Amino acid sequence: MWKILRQIAKAGIPSEAPPFATEAGEDAAIVRIRQEILDILGQALAIRQVDAGSCNGCELEINALTNPYYNLEGLGIKFVASPRHADMLLVTGPVTRNMETALRRTYEATPEPRLVVAVGDCACDGGIFGESYASCGGVAKVLPVDVRVPGCPPAPLEIMRGILAAVRRRK
Amino acid sequence: MGIARLDLPFERLPAPLPMWHARVDRAQWLAAAGSVAQSGGRLVALWGAEKMGSEELGSDSNFSIRAAYAAERGLYWIELALEGAQAPYPDLAHLFPYAGRMQRAVFDLLGLEAEGAEDRRPWLNHGAWPADWWPLRRTSERAPAPQPLQDYPFVRVEGDGVHEIAVGPVHAGTIEPGHFRFSVVGEKVLRLEERLGYTHKGIERRFLELPALQGHRLAGRVAGDSTVAFAWAWCMALESALGWEVPARAAWLRALLLERERVASHLNDLGFLGNDAALGFGLAQFSRLREDWLRASNEVYGHRLMMDAVVPGGVAADLDTRALERLRRQCDAIEPEVRTLEAIYESHAGLQDRFATTGTVTHELALRLGLIGLAGRASGVGADLRCDQPWPPYAGLQVQRAVQRGGDVAARVAVRFQETFESLRLIRLLCEGLPEGLARIDIAPPTGPAFGAGWVEGWRGEVFVALELGPGGAVQRCHCHDPSWQNWPVLEHAVIGNIVPDFPLINKSFNLDYSGHDL
Repeated sequence: MWKILRQIAKAGIPSEAPPFATEAGEDAAIVRIRQEILDILGQALAIRQVDAGSCNGCELEINALTNPYYNLEGLGIKFVASPRHADMLLVTGPVTRNMETALRRTYEATPEPRLVVAVGDCACDGGIFGESYASCGGVAKVLPVDVRVPGCPPAPLEIMRGILAAVRRRK
Repeated sequence: MGIARLDLPFERLPAPLPMWHARVDRAQWLAAAGSVAQSGGRLVALWGAEKMGSEELGSDSNFSIRAAYAAERGLYWIELALEGAQAPYPDLAHLFPYAGRMQRAVFDLLGLEAEGAEDRRPWLNHGAWPADWWPLRRTSERAPAPQPLQDYPFVRVEGDGVHEIAVGPVHAGTIEPGHFRFSVVGEKVLRLEERLGYTHKGIERRFLELPALQGHRLAGRVAGDSTVAFAWAWCMALESALGWEVPARAAWLRALLLERERVASHLNDLGFLGNDAALGFGLAQFSRLREDWLRASNEVYGHRLMMDAVVPGGVAADLDTRALERLRRQCDAIEPEVRTLEAIYESHAGLQDRFATTGTVTHELALRLGLIGLAGRASGVGADLRCDQPWPPYAGLQVQRAVQRGGDVAARVAVRFQETFESLRLIRLLCEGLPEGLARIDIAPPTGPAFGAGWVEGWRGEVFVALELGPGGAVQRCHCHDPSWQNWPVLEHAVIGNIVPDFPLINKSFNLDYSGHDL
């Protein structure tokens, strides 16, 4: 146990300022973002991630978002296991025809306001895979999309900006 | 008797690894398969093709089936011309059990059938396109109108108290989509059946629409976590087809990228494996180290996952001494931390209790089912191209093979630790001994028919790319093979007799690919 504690102490707290933390400093920005999410949603933001056919590059960066540097949960944002618990769908990949139905059903199972953020070039417009017999193209071909986050894959901070932008649009 | 002594018309491909190619007749095809199976070789990939011209094959049909075997002295790519689209080819699944799904994929994409194959259920085609329309046929120019998906006939387990648990394609975590059908009694898994293909996005057809010198970008997106491995294999295939040899410096820089990708993946998996066994501390620590690692990649290569860093002719950017020093120092910084975490993992009773004897694949079973790569090495199957084949720059680096015998989650964790340390050692060597010279040579766009192959040991296992160029140098067929094809069926066996809550842990310990498999 002492080894674990020593390692925790040695590593320290690497968390960094969230995006938009400019004028008033880091702590104030965290409080503000948290308050904004509460004002708009009345609760912590719950996200359901759906891979609709990606190459898994975007998943790697979404997972990175939960590492201690970005401290996503500190902002009152968490990933949940069921669409029924989610306020937002974070969708990656060109939507494959084999995933189209599953994506629609996930959307239908999500309660309002069910924000949709398309993450990555493929989710924006089909990316390098385009549209074909197997790919519907971007997420907007299947669902209404609130915010697009381009990039191949977008860096974690870009994804975080996209998430916050989607929440703000519902003000 | 080995395949090399069968007197087949093999010609060596110009490539850094020993690879041979031969066109054979039916009897030779069967003899080759039999001899590889008998002599302990393995089927690396199986794919079909329809060619443009028929003269070349000496037959009326443009259809052929191809197999790539790893045996004795390297890789053997064998082609069998078929008399027509309706003419079946000999079934290989009775010799190599993992060939079954590859044969089903060949049918879904090209309409070629394996003679007498036991399992004829569709694999990649979930009903989204008609069963009599094949995306890789030349006549299939226009995509058909979308159709509703069809139900899949899973194998049913019957008996007292048996019930089914259906999981996916949308999973509870941030992972790729696939469907798992468990047949359980209480908590115990009697049977698992996988259904994949959800991320099938038509990559092999898409290759035909891209210019040959752009293909590496698509190959680098076959699987995001193996972008370097696939891009390297693709570039090797192109360079092999055109007879180019990349400078030594380029080969070293590619290996540097590949080893960095291996470390990034292992750090990720080691964190999630701790987390899946309820040690959140492990994920927090390893994900911190991984983030440091990705940020250094971003600084040095301009991309966190190192996409598009491997290009035809070499690498996109040469590294100066400052960058090399940065990468070498990072190894020194991370290694003691990983050693500390390894000691914690090894002495953590709760963690070891979950890891040990969970999801076991015995050595005997691994050999019989053809388990390869990282998971194979955890079951005592030592194949590793970096050790087995003399190719630059690995030939001079004396890569230490990481092998465990346990075959359980603990063994797959141990292999990841061993390989992480070995890759850190290799990265230091690659940074220190980097030869002078060009990091990239210009490759002129291809102008005529040619073919070549690429074969690289990615972090998951061996990645293979077969590339064929047609008239005018356009891509005529490109087949990408991920080692997950071999290992997914073994996962079904690994979970038998385990409890359902251990499945996520077992699954993570294999960490197989969906996108690279579904294409």
